[in-house]
Amino acid sequence: MCTYQTEKVAVDGSGKGAQGWFPVSDATVYVDHPVHAPYGHTVNIDFLNPALGPSSRVALELTEEAALALADAIRASVVSAPAGIASANQKV
Amino acid sequence: MTEPITAQTITAGPITISGHGGDQIEAYLARPTGTTPRGGVVLIHHMPGYDEATLEMARKFAVHGYSALCPNLYSREAPGAAPDDAAAAVRAAGGVPDERLVGDVAGAAAHLKSLDNANGKVGVIGHCSGGRQTFLSACSLDIDAAVDCYGAFVVNEVPAGFPISMKPIIGLAPDLSCPLLGLFGAEDQNPAPDETAALSAELDRLGKAHEFHTYPDAGHSFFAVDRPAYRVAAAVDGWQKIFAFFGTHLAA
Repeated sequence: MCTYQTEKVAVDGSGKGAQGWFPVSDATVYVDHPVHAPYGHTVNIDFLNPALGPSSRVALELTEEAALALADAIRASVVSAPAGIASANQKV
Repeated sequence: MTEPITAQTITAGPITISGHGGDQIEAYLARPTGTTPRGGVVLIHHMPGYDEATLEMARKFAVHGYSALCPNLYSREAPGAAPDDAAAAVRAAGGVPDERLVGDVAGAAAHLKSLDNANGKVGVIGHCSGGRQTFLSACSLDIDAAVDCYGAFVVNEVPAGFPISMKPIIGLAPDLSCPLLGLFGAEDQNPAPDETAALSAELDRLGKAHEFHTYPDAGHSFFAVDRPAYRVAAAVDGWQKIFAFFGTHLAA
């Protein structure tokens, strides 16, 4: 199905797109048809910077197993590092 | 001697047309060469955008003798962007407003009618979200034939929590201006067969000409040659029905 349901989250960091690195400000997550992955539906994750235009996008199309494993890996990675070391309020 | 269809010489490429509100938007025009009078087809792209597979459909219509015009519905938000990036940006912004869609289709139809060899007839076809938008256009504009390929949310409400204000449009059915061909997959969930049956029943009640076909072993997007949902039997038969339908209703 074509879902319009989209989870949006504000993000702080950088991504590398077709034109190189850029700051990312938003991420969207939605289950819909992929453009490239060989499946009928995938979990699609876009990292965006709308202020820089539609081409400022890093896109992923993952199976649900892969997406959930990625979410677990992100949590495991953060938990295993010293608390706050990668925070927006980190000491440098 | 009549040339075989595959020998039809065409021209194809991007142009600029006046869309909703007079906005200048990109569109892809594919048409047979020569001066023979031709019917026009407005091709409404699916939600993934003004992509390569959709433009290939435009050229297919041209090879079959129609002037086909596909407006880039995402021109305003994402001029010059890759189709997938444009689709992601518009999706994140909540989709294309219905009023603007109708204005863009009206602009495309007017452009087709202005071509030097136009025969005065214009049809509309769309897939996925474009199927719903085809029904919307055929109920809002003076059109000669419409083909809805698996458009959802014509009858049913969208699930709660959707970020855009897309409403069912079955209430517009009394204004349907032309015969409607509907091509659906039996395994599709949106629209599922009960939704297309409800639309058919309402058109029966209103005495509106329509012809619906629901293909077994096919789901959503069965015409999409670049996706796993492609189903050769349904797509081949569907194309034959499209050309038979337009052949009847878009002839001068």
